[in-house]
Amino acid sequence: MEALVAEHVTKRYTHHTALDKVSLTIPEKSIYGLLGPNGAGKTTFIRIINQIINADEGEVRIFGEKLKPGHVEIIGYLPEERGLYKKMKVGDQLMYLAQLKGLGKQEAFQRIKVWLERFEIKDWWNKKVEDLSKGMAQKVQFISTVLHEPKLIILDEPFSGFDPVNAQLITDEILGLKERGSTIIFSTHRMETVESLCDHIAMINKSKKVLEGSKKDVKASYKTNTYVVEHRGNFRLSGVGHQLVSQKELEGNHFETLIKADQGSSPNALLHELLPQTEVFRFEQKLPTMAEIFINLVKAEGDEALRKHLQEA
Amino acid sequence: MNKVWLIIQREFLNRVQKKSFLVTTILVPLIIPAIMGVLVYVMVQEVKEAKPDTIQVLDESGAFTLESTKRISIVPISGTLEQAKKAYMESDDFGLLYIPATETNNPKGIVLYTKENQSVEKISNVEGMLNDRVKDAKMEKYNVDKETLKDIRTTKVGFQEINLSDSGEEKSSNTGVLYGLGMVLGILIYMFVLIYGIQIMQGVIDEKTSKIVEVIVSSVKPFQLMLGKIVGIASVGLVQFLIWIILIGVVSTSVLGYFGLKMPQQQAMEQVIESTGDEEVKEAIQAQSLQTPELLKNMSQIPFTKIALVFLFYFLGGYLLYGALFAAVGSAVESIQESQQFQFPITLPLLIGYLGLFMFILRDPHGTVSFWLSIIPFTSPVAMVGRIAFDVPDWQLALSMVLLVGGFIFTTWIAGRIYRVGILMTGTKVNYKVLAKWFMTKV
Repeated sequence: MEALVAEHVTKRYTHHTALDKVSLTIPEKSIYGLLGPNGAGKTTFIRIINQIINADEGEVRIFGEKLKPGHVEIIGYLPEERGLYKKMKVGDQLMYLAQLKGLGKQEAFQRIKVWLERFEIKDWWNKKVEDLSKGMAQKVQFISTVLHEPKLIILDEPFSGFDPVNAQLITDEILGLKERGSTIIFSTHRMETVESLCDHIAMINKSKKVLEGSKKDVKASYKTNTYVVEHRGNFRLSGVGHQLVSQKELEGNHFETLIKADQGSSPNALLHELLPQTEVFRFEQKLPTMAEIFINLVKAEGDEALRKHLQEA
Repeated sequence: MNKVWLIIQREFLNRVQKKSFLVTTILVPLIIPAIMGVLVYVMVQEVKEAKPDTIQVLDESGAFTLESTKRISIVPISGTLEQAKKAYMESDDFGLLYIPATETNNPKGIVLYTKENQSVEKISNVEGMLNDRVKDAKMEKYNVDKETLKDIRTTKVGFQEINLSDSGEEKSSNTGVLYGLGMVLGILIYMFVLIYGIQIMQGVIDEKTSKIVEVIVSSVKPFQLMLGKIVGIASVGLVQFLIWIILIGVVSTSVLGYFGLKMPQQQAMEQVIESTGDEEVKEAIQAQSLQTPELLKNMSQIPFTKIALVFLFYFLGGYLLYGALFAAVGSAVESIQESQQFQFPITLPLLIGYLGLFMFILRDPHGTVSFWLSIIPFTSPVAMVGRIAFDVPDWQLALSMVLLVGGFIFTTWIAGRIYRVGILMTGTKVNYKVLAKWFMTKV
């Protein structure tokens, strides 16, 4: 079953269109990366899911149901622009936010105790938020997002403000939540996060979806048939279709060479050509990183726009 | 609805538990009587210790025989004006009064020389003396003897005011008491709306700048958040107000008990009179104090329960009307400083009501301007409460109340539409055009 399905979601403002017929399918129990440059429309989309704003057109379904007010209680949302009441105590604050999400007083109290213990911050209950460091406050904020055990968790740049130790702690918690059946939507610029955590991704650029799929499929569709070879002693490529992209000399007559293989050729065929000429230490297909795909897509879109603009002029 | 209740609770508890709330709630009722006490004390001391001002009188007409009083001592001098001026400049005296040779009936060219600008009160004292003297001279001309003259001067008229109603029922009234009551109630509403309205605005700005607002609106509707905040702060205000009334009551009673059950003003008055020893004033005051039982009787005829209920209604109505607007302003800006430009158009009608209270309502509670001020929702909270003690016709009260309810529903609707967009907007340069755009935006 799908955790969330968006169909032709469109949101227009007076002078621009924030989302243009965006359709997404987010599988249940996945970690779904929502990528895109600033101002692409990610936040607008997330706000629509949270019913902070309404779409002009299109439909959003959560676990098969059309979006309705009651859904706020099964969604946990950590906005990019986030904060807490500075003058309020940590415990009171968490109680308040949990109750706003529909938790009962007793239930909320018990769960907060468990979470504070898990994060080893039991004695913070009576501390005011303004007395906490930024990282500490982020921990409290994270707890407030997941206290009501939401089935759908939306994290907008969750790691900003965390040191590496706490970032790891939160990463583990996110994986734990997925393990326990939650679906997680990530909105981020940090490609290493996407690389290591997400299993599905979608990219939004200039209000439109430009890419969606499982990470494996996306990478496969963007592979360029390029291989990295580490070898001792140089070689010459027969002119057929293989192309030497770059070569870097390492110490002791070792080289690292990047080869773009002929379109129809297999890795074995390439190896076959190399083996008689040089001693191969490493042979690896080079898959594009998410960062490369991201930058290429955004750039290509930019060029497209530029070309159009020039044609019109 | 349950969530609005949670928000109200948070707003209320969060403020009431603050030390600053405790301090203001307890100190204000103690400080205000204390300040009044000190002022009265200083006034009494000043009058007690005051020496009469010496005025040199150069009377070339010879017709103005002025007598010294407790406050002004008259020193007749002779010579030319130039000499007199020189002598006066060397002396420490209050002033030099020059009366040229003139007709007593229609004196002209009288000059009072002083060294610096003097208080209106002192000047009018001297004027009064001269006027009396001219009157006396005229009276004497018509053969009125001195005894009759004195008798005429000491007559002061005091009358009892009675309102006749259609049913022929007679009700005593006392305009002075009503004036005081209207003024105090009007000022209270003005202050309450302003102080707590700004608290709402501050609260909204805090939520916006601390960036918790997006977390909250993912759980509740912006309108619920706004409503919860407004009602929560109103309940803080009501509680504070109630505590003040109780504390002021207790403090005043015990203070009055200490002074032998006399109002502080009354006591000061008596001391002032004693120290001046002015026979006429004394008699006038005595005539008034004869009216004291009458005054108490009048007090008991003022419908306090009705006034209290009406006051409460306008207190809340006015607060809700302006509170929503303050919330909208808070949502549009990112700091108190930035809010100034939008605060002005909100506080202006409130200020008009406040000024109208003194300029029209209290002077002429049933005049046309007073009527309209107490009907229009933006000014009616202050104006109607100022008027209510003067017995407002029921239909006017009803109309005003209905319009006020309509008014705050209207402002809350407008404010809500601006608020829901504004709270999520940061880094936008906001002007009225932008506000209008937010208002029209489909969310």
